[in-house]
Amino acid sequence: MGFENFGTVSFTAESKAEDFLSYLEQGKVMTTRCKKCGTSYFPPKMDCPACLDSEMEWFEIKGDGKLVTYTVVHYGPSGFEDEAPYTLGIGDFEGGLRVFGRISKDVNESDIKAGMGIKVVPVKLPGDKIAYEFKKA
Amino acid sequence: MDDVAIIGVGQSVFARKCGVSVKELCFDAYREAMDGLDLTNRDIDASITCSAPEYDKQRTPSGLISEYLELTPKPAFYVESVCSSSTTGLRVAWSLIKSGLHKVVAVVGFQKMSELSSREAAERMGRGADIMWESPFGITMPSGYAMFAQAHMAEYGTTEEQLALVRVKNAGYGAKNPKATYRKELTLEDVMASAVIATPLKLYDACANADGSSCIIVASADVARNVCKIPIWIAGLGAATDTMTMSGRKSVTGLSCAQHAARQAYEMAGLGPADIDVAEVHDCFTISELLAYEDLGFARPGEGVKLIEEKQTYADGKMPVNVDGGLLSKGHPIGATGGSQVRTIVRQLREEATEAQVKDAEIGLVHNIGGVGQYGNVVILRR
Repeated sequence: MGFENFGTVSFTAESKAEDFLSYLEQGKVMTTRCKKCGTSYFPPKMDCPACLDSEMEWFEIKGDGKLVTYTVVHYGPSGFEDEAPYTLGIGDFEGGLRVFGRISKDVNESDIKAGMGIKVVPVKLPGDKIAYEFKKA
Repeated sequence: MDDVAIIGVGQSVFARKCGVSVKELCFDAYREAMDGLDLTNRDIDASITCSAPEYDKQRTPSGLISEYLELTPKPAFYVESVCSSSTTGLRVAWSLIKSGLHKVVAVVGFQKMSELSSREAAERMGRGADIMWESPFGITMPSGYAMFAQAHMAEYGTTEEQLALVRVKNAGYGAKNPKATYRKELTLEDVMASAVIATPLKLYDACANADGSSCIIVASADVARNVCKIPIWIAGLGAATDTMTMSGRKSVTGLSCAQHAARQAYEMAGLGPADIDVAEVHDCFTISELLAYEDLGFARPGEGVKLIEEKQTYADGKMPVNVDGGLLSKGHPIGATGGSQVRTIVRQLREEATEAQVKDAEIGLVHNIGGVGQYGNVVILRR
């Protein structure tokens, strides 16, 4: 599966990180770390600029995280007009990983606040697209 | 340091639709910048054109501008850091002169955002983030700053009314600026009642897309002293970056690129925040001005709201900020904005400001940000 299937509107077709999408299909949100120096990255990098090495390993972003901030978007860019309002957020997860994404429509807007417990899970979108989203922990 | 000076500044009228071509638009700013100088286009050694290319129909506009202003065969090239492009151009001009390579450099910034339909513009705005990892979620410029606003509110108890006060101030000065897109005063109620774009930001918390141009003429000290009445010296320059991705940001209550750039500029100038008499900050949103107060050290983190509540950032306050109306009133023609901010500070330091002259202003500061804090430039100018 190529990267053109990631999210509502994708602008990228080719990437060394396309295993990210296969993992989403398998129900896992994964990211990478450098095998040599152990630095972990989000979003996943397939190359470590410190080691000049491309030996990376995938690992799952598991457990409960914490919502850092969010916004309810009322005017989406081109291709997103029909989806607004939708909620974007940033969450902190184990190992110092900071993740940007959407908050699930299942979560009531009135319940959303900075500091709330969240988990990150894959979500299937219309038209065979796939992404991940934050749900209440 | 009296070695590189700004000798001329200009800008076009900023408007939703300028009704002229890009080169004609740039001429307006160039004419004002060159007006009164004892030199001509033949004396300009190089030109730097600054814009955000995704909005331009014209490919490689530096060649076009160079021809229209009759600057050929002198070198011309293009500089881009989205909304901070023209202060990046100023930084490059400074280096060209400081190195001794050139004596006079023109920095021309422009954007004709009305060349695109609003649908085309919206499509490009969605690509102003990491297109692989963040654009597919529908991130926009307002939503990026909205997440900073929400975090600032959660961390420090900042309110939507306090944000709105920034627009009320800037709208008051914008009403007096003949080159601003919006020349209308607004009340707190007007701002609070405007439509939500991305919570907690509303329509009047945001600046508008606009057409416009700006021009800065930069010269070496020997030239500057001979060709203009009041050279304005470049005392400090700072430039920094932060991650393209929101997930890469360590802080969501301040812009790290602005903090780094401010430190560099203060150090180079041998000055601190208390020495600044007047400032132009990048208020693309009301929250952006509030973050700037704190990132520039005018207030401690979380205490920027006091400055606006106590009206300290009005022209007669302790730290006047955006007393030309800011981006919120002037509009934001991306590549022209930094040059317009520099123009305002130069006019303040020459005591030529028409909107609101800050008394005895000798040292001024420009804070110009690209994207949602991906690029940050801080410039300190001295009479």
